[in-house]
Amino acid sequence: MLQEHAKIVDFISTAEGVTGRKKLQKMIYILKKIGVPFQEKYEFHIYGPYSEELTARIEELCDMGFILEQKEDKSSYVQYRYEVTAEGLEFRNALGKPVLENSEHAIQLNGKSARFLELTATLLFFDDLGRDEQIAKLHSVKGKLNFTAEEITEAFAFIEELKN
Amino acid sequence: MDYANQKLAEEKVFKDPVHRYIHVRDQVIWDLINAREFQRMRRIKQLGTSYLVFHGAEHSRFSHSLGVYEIVRRILDDIFHGRPEWDESERLVVLCAALLHDLGHGPFSHSFEKVFNVDHEDFTREILQGDTEVNSILKKVAPDFPKKVAEVIGKTYANKQVVSLISSQIDADRMDYLQRDAYYTGVSYGHFDMERILRVMRPFEDQVVIKSSGMHAVEDYIMSRYQMYWQVYFHPVARSAEVILRKILQRAKYLSGHGYKFEQPPTHFLAFFDRSFTLKDYLALDEGVLMTYFQLWITERDPILSDLCDRFVNRRLFQYVDFDPGKDYKKLGELAQLFQKAGIDPEYYLIDDSTSDLPYDFYRPGEEEERLPIHLLMPNGDIKELSRLSQIVDGISGKRRTDYKLYFPAELLIDGKKKEIKQQILELLREGGV
Repeated sequence: MLQEHAKIVDFISTAEGVTGRKKLQKMIYILKKIGVPFQEKYEFHIYGPYSEELTARIEELCDMGFILEQKEDKSSYVQYRYEVTAEGLEFRNALGKPVLENSEHAIQLNGKSARFLELTATLLFFDDLGRDEQIAKLHSVKGKLNFTAEEITEAFAFIEELKN
Repeated sequence: MDYANQKLAEEKVFKDPVHRYIHVRDQVIWDLINAREFQRMRRIKQLGTSYLVFHGAEHSRFSHSLGVYEIVRRILDDIFHGRPEWDESERLVVLCAALLHDLGHGPFSHSFEKVFNVDHEDFTREILQGDTEVNSILKKVAPDFPKKVAEVIGKTYANKQVVSLISSQIDADRMDYLQRDAYYTGVSYGHFDMERILRVMRPFEDQVVIKSSGMHAVEDYIMSRYQMYWQVYFHPVARSAEVILRKILQRAKYLSGHGYKFEQPPTHFLAFFDRSFTLKDYLALDEGVLMTYFQLWITERDPILSDLCDRFVNRRLFQYVDFDPGKDYKKLGELAQLFQKAGIDPEYYLIDDSTSDLPYDFYRPGEEEERLPIHLLMPNGDIKELSRLSQIVDGISGKRRTDYKLYFPAELLIDGKKKEIKQQILELLREGGV
């Protein structure tokens, strides 16, 4: 019961908070793709893989008081920061087992930019294709972002690093 | 004439209670409708377990798919045709995507996908691109055509205008299912002036927009959607049936993995239990197959499987109470222990379920939202987001509503056995919050 909620709380707590909705979406997706048992269903949206279920779950956790959502005004745009509350920690301890076998993953992912995570998640979304096709698809759906060859190489290396 | 442009000698029509007639002229569309994978959708209900609440809701994904195709056909042939912003060469790919968008749905797909951790969209892609009749028809158009159709359905197609006809906050899929589900459930909400909406749809840059004169018809559509979600799709009794269905599949999987000898072996499910399934295994399933197993499993020796199947087949559903998980998650733990003491397995008989909906959302620049808003085309050619002009839509924009329920078999708690423990359970359930 509420195990899936507890997993999200556990992840945000392990990551020591997450800044940015897009970032949170992509981090969970990347972890799911490397085998972490998150159950949220993802589809392809504007910024790449996106889960409506995850959005709903985060909003529910905020309503329950287990996650605190803070709006940060960055003058030209607005950003959201998510942190686990004391009640959230109690909830996680009561219900959840740690979801991440390797807690370093949360920190590693959190250290990356939203742009890089969007790139990585999009490449993973097309991981059933050969590498050239994967890159061509990335440029076709994300043309406006002009990802460089270096960024793409770095993203592939990062995926390998996470898998190992 | 090449296959892509081949027309039937005479137009074929399907009588349809929602759109009156569904018109088919393209040979490709006709062939796809007759493909076995498309015919399979006749055996999968559009609304899953809702027929246990709204007895008319026995309509299939087959009829919904034809409906989505018909709406897109009307948009393309009657509204977009000849407009410079619309690329006519995309007509066939979008018609095929409309027709085939639900092809990968399985029997009672919501529950099935949860228990077996599969995704109908993966199966849609596999049916389109694998060794199937549908694939061989699409390939006759062009070798890369099946992939293109899959990309439109998967929302990764380069032309976003094409994608938004099938998946957006005002798309052909939603317009069909709202009206069709309203018709078959017999409810009075869910109706809106689709003809008006179609007449004011316009291709514009990389999206489809609505002429501002059609704003009130769109408001009506959004309110219809809101009502249908809460009155039909999230009906607590249909959810009770869904919960039981999920638990049947979960129990069968558990028993199979623990050496239980079924009197009626779950042959069709075995590949899903051990995750060795192929597309062929998936396509061999439909709701008739599942219902046959449920009927036969009523006489299984395992009391839980037998009971759950009897509940589903004979509509002896679980009772429910509202609960607030934020406050009551500890009580849930207590309840689970008491259920255990009372000899009722909480894994199968005490189930929390939540559902939520966001009726409409708009894009806030810089806020990293993911939903494409509905844009209105103003008389001067400007584009404005719907909720900026509509007070009604603004009132419900970005507001998610969530409902939590706790399901349990009420009659087992008043059967006179282990009275004291069951009394404690009932008191906990009656207490505020739970």
